[in-house]
Amino acid sequence: MVYLTRIEHFNAAHKLYNPAWTKARNEEVYGRCANENWHGHNFELHVTVKGIPDPETGFVFDAKRLSRLVNERVVDRLDHQNLNLDVDFMRDRICSIENLVVAIWRELAPHLPAGVRLHRLKLVETPRIHVEYFGE
Amino acid sequence: MGRKVTVSRREHFNAAHRLYNPAWDDDRNREVFGKCSLPNYHGHNYELIVRVTGEPDPETGYVIDMKVLSDIIRAQVTDRFDHRNLNIDMAEFRQLNPTAENIAIVIHDILRPLLPADLALQVVLFETPRNSVEYPA
Repeated sequence: MVYLTRIEHFNAAHKLYNPAWTKARNEEVYGRCANENWHGHNFELHVTVKGIPDPETGFVFDAKRLSRLVNERVVDRLDHQNLNLDVDFMRDRICSIENLVVAIWRELAPHLPAGVRLHRLKLVETPRIHVEYFGE
Repeated sequence: MGRKVTVSRREHFNAAHRLYNPAWDDDRNREVFGKCSLPNYHGHNYELIVRVTGEPDPETGYVIDMKVLSDIIRAQVTDRFDHRNLNIDMAEFRQLNPTAENIAIVIHDILRPLLPADLALQVVLFETPRNSVEYPA
């Protein structure tokens, strides 16, 4: 079994906001991240798949095809968007990176070819903050 | 004659913006600025490098006390820009498109009067790890 990672990136706006709470409660919990006029990040998405290298190609999965898949299924729908307003698969979810990484997994995992499984997603929000999700 | 040294302080802020010229219609904005003009904003992790050049003071050995420089940048720039929408929340960009170029000029103009006149100042701003601007050029 070999793990192959492809790194993609997107730039997006968001805010952390729970609509069930008052503005004051949101500001108390989320601080500056609750700014009603949004803020934004350069996000990096690390997609790790696992499989057995194909005896003919030597590939677990063609990295170029993996890149195309990640861009079509996820990155093109997130890049230069407002995550709270523009992204259908984040609607009615709080726009934390924890929730975003789980949603990305659901968008991506069903579209991998037979014999290739999604192992890990790492979503980097800033050089100092990232989350990892293994589908559990 | 002393020898000039450049000292740099790196800070960061995260902000939303869009590129938009109100004198143009939406089609023209879309044509020129592409995805960057989308109406609901997008955002970046901005990395700011403030470069100060001068002769080290003979008594302290400092061009400028980096703690003092850091405090100025934080109070005047990063505390004001961080987690903001540059177009909506910042008076400086009400009439000015918040491109990386213009953000660097605005930051320079905020800091310039707060630093000793005999020290040169340059602002380097990374909008993404791949795009950066420098002012003055």
